[in-house]
Amino acid sequence: MNTKQFSRGLRVGVPISLGYLAVSFTLGITAKNAGLSAFQATLTSLLVNASAGQYAAFTMMAAQGGYWEIAILEAVTNARYILMSCALSQKLPAASKLWHRLVIGFNVNDEIFGMAIAEQGKLNPFYYFGMMTVAMPGWALGTFLGTSVGNVLPANVVSALSVGLYGMFLAVIIPASRKSKVILGVVVVSMAASFALECIPLFASLASGTRIILLTVVIAAGAALLFPVKEEEKEGEGHGA
Amino acid sequence: MEHNVYLYIAVVALVTYLIRVLPLTLIRREIKNPFLRSFLYYVPYVTLAAMTFPAILHATDSLWSGLAALVAGVLVAWFSGNLFLVAASGCVVVFLVELLL
Repeated sequence: MNTKQFSRGLRVGVPISLGYLAVSFTLGITAKNAGLSAFQATLTSLLVNASAGQYAAFTMMAAQGGYWEIAILEAVTNARYILMSCALSQKLPAASKLWHRLVIGFNVNDEIFGMAIAEQGKLNPFYYFGMMTVAMPGWALGTFLGTSVGNVLPANVVSALSVGLYGMFLAVIIPASRKSKVILGVVVVSMAASFALECIPLFASLASGTRIILLTVVIAAGAALLFPVKEEEKEGEGHGA
Repeated sequence: MEHNVYLYIAVVALVTYLIRVLPLTLIRREIKNPFLRSFLYYVPYVTLAAMTFPAILHATDSLWSGLAALVAGVLVAWFSGNLFLVAASGCVVVFLVELLL
């Protein structure tokens, strides 16, 4: 059973990994511009596995920020993972072992989370390990290539690759919106509010990570009050494989 | 003062790991509260939607290619849902639109 789940995770991980390769390639270019070597940038990707968090970190390293500053920045840009980890913790069988949770905690991010949470019923940790096994090397390799050969690519290719990340986000939220009118509403409101906050001077001065946290807490709480989820809806999504 | 890059990386890695692993290990009991459950259910959709728009418009060299990528991505995701196909269609559309501009 576990071997089967692991190999299913490997298969689901392939498109995630390819997407990561493209996205982390642009991340590698950012790292190089920030003054990191290919080794340092790749090491960061292997250890951190966070797109927005790493962008923020590389920018702060380039600015020679203090260690505490970078720690706080990282906590803010990655705060959404607190919520994802809470959700994953609920999705795992209550009896799952501590080491399962310690390993999963190494790679909670938007895409793998999206696939894991879309599982029917409880989440098998080995399915998750399978996805990690394929996705993490893609993330690290892309970063390495970006820092080492990124400058060789023409600017229009780099520009095209940089939307890959958003494509992956859309692949999680749009199919769910098709199935549920409430999620469709939540997605539309979130995008509109995110756009509005960027235009309103008071909020525009906030870091984008802070705006995301604010929006997430307010809109998800509003949706939870107005449209509480019943059990059968919660398990309504099918397998992504 | 010059900061050590490896110390930077260690701080970033540690903070990120703690943020992910503490809820996974400390909140093991099933949350029964319907509000909290619903809240956690909606979180990823809000986060991902807010991170996508309007950021996708600034990601490329031109606003129009970013907008075209958004439209293409939404359409492909609506009808297919394949992760790689959605990501690739966005990239191809940006490339083509920027050739035309």
